[in-house]
Amino acid sequence: MKLKNWKELAIGSVVPEAGNADSYNTGSWRTFRPAIIEENCIQCLFCWIYCPDSSIIVEEEKMVGFDYEHCKGCGICADVCPGKKGKKAIEMAEEGK
Amino acid sequence: MSTSLKLKELSRKEELLTGGHRMCAGCGAPIIVRQILLASDRPLIASNATGCLEVSTTIFPYTSWKIPWIHSAFENAAATISGVESMYRSLKKQGKLDKDLKFIAFGGDGGTYDIGLQSLSGAMERGHDIVYVCYDNGAYMNTGIQRSSATPKGADTTTSPAGTVKQGKQQPRKNMTKIMAAHNIPYAAQASPSNWRDLMTKARKAIEVDGPAFLNVISPCNRGWRTPTNVTIELCKTAIETCFWPLYEYEDGKLTVNYKPKEIKPVTEFLKTQGRFKHLFNPGNEGLLKQIQDDIDRDWELLLKQEACDKSN
Repeated sequence: MKLKNWKELAIGSVVPEAGNADSYNTGSWRTFRPAIIEENCIQCLFCWIYCPDSSIIVEEEKMVGFDYEHCKGCGICADVCPGKKGKKAIEMAEEGK
Repeated sequence: MSTSLKLKELSRKEELLTGGHRMCAGCGAPIIVRQILLASDRPLIASNATGCLEVSTTIFPYTSWKIPWIHSAFENAAATISGVESMYRSLKKQGKLDKDLKFIAFGGDGGTYDIGLQSLSGAMERGHDIVYVCYDNGAYMNTGIQRSSATPKGADTTTSPAGTVKQGKQQPRKNMTKIMAAHNIPYAAQASPSNWRDLMTKARKAIEVDGPAFLNVISPCNRGWRTPTNVTIELCKTAIETCFWPLYEYEDGKLTVNYKPKEIKPVTEFLKTQGRFKHLFNPGNEGLLKQIQDDIDRDWELLLKQEACDKSN
């Protein structure tokens, strides 16, 4: 995004485009990367409701993956995941390994 | 028609707080905001007190909010939103607007318990049709963990450091939910993002009620609490199980305790999970730990007594 000079800015520094932070990448903050193990997923959607970064992708009421553009790798999703028979459906792995 | 509070159904609703905000990894506040915005069936207009949430969700030229949002200063989130609400009532009266809107303010504990208390108290007393949400992380985390009046007793912060003479903050926290309930507003409640259905039900009640409402929500901060980033929800659960953060609500002045742990855990279970309380476990601080436990026991007993009293009336 090209920054505007002061003459081009709206009065009061209003941001007219709602939710444009969506185009800002915070995925580069990540040290640990979540990954889904589909056979252990019971579609409880706890990962989705507890994600601070709106980074769990849900389509047609089903968790289908992660938004790695925004996920900061906090690991809450893996922590709250009940999984199936004691096996978690989300695991965190170090980036770049 | 309101959406039922089922995750599958809620997942079909539009996300009103986008990713790409600069809150720390594992922060509790955006979880709270997401849940509250998802819970609402009415279009919301928000104001925000200065704080982590305000700064990090709206770093110019970006915003994470998909609803109209205004920030003016630290101390006046409630005054700002009462102004917006008054304008809305005026426009409606003049026939220039026919939408059914609701107004909501977000503030941290610094902007609510301390700096914004007078404007919040005023807005509540004037009876504006607003919801005020405090995400309480127990210190001024945005500026680097200075104590606030929401900081628990014994917590190590940069302005109440634990050292050889003093053992963290010396005073107990202020009971903001009760202070708000004492304004005789139609709705005041305490909630936690870990119990999402409880929080969302309360958010809905607060939004639907005619008049001012207050929600106090616990919001773990891994920087200030000195915890890993992934245990945010676990910390909330432990806070509830130890009665450090009881879940309750005042509806028209009548108290209901929404969750009673079957077996109340000792508060040390909550304290030991966090670096800010580490020094409390040093030899010689047993008395301080007992004081903290006694305060919690007394508050919990008082809550149960008041609930019983309100029920019998």
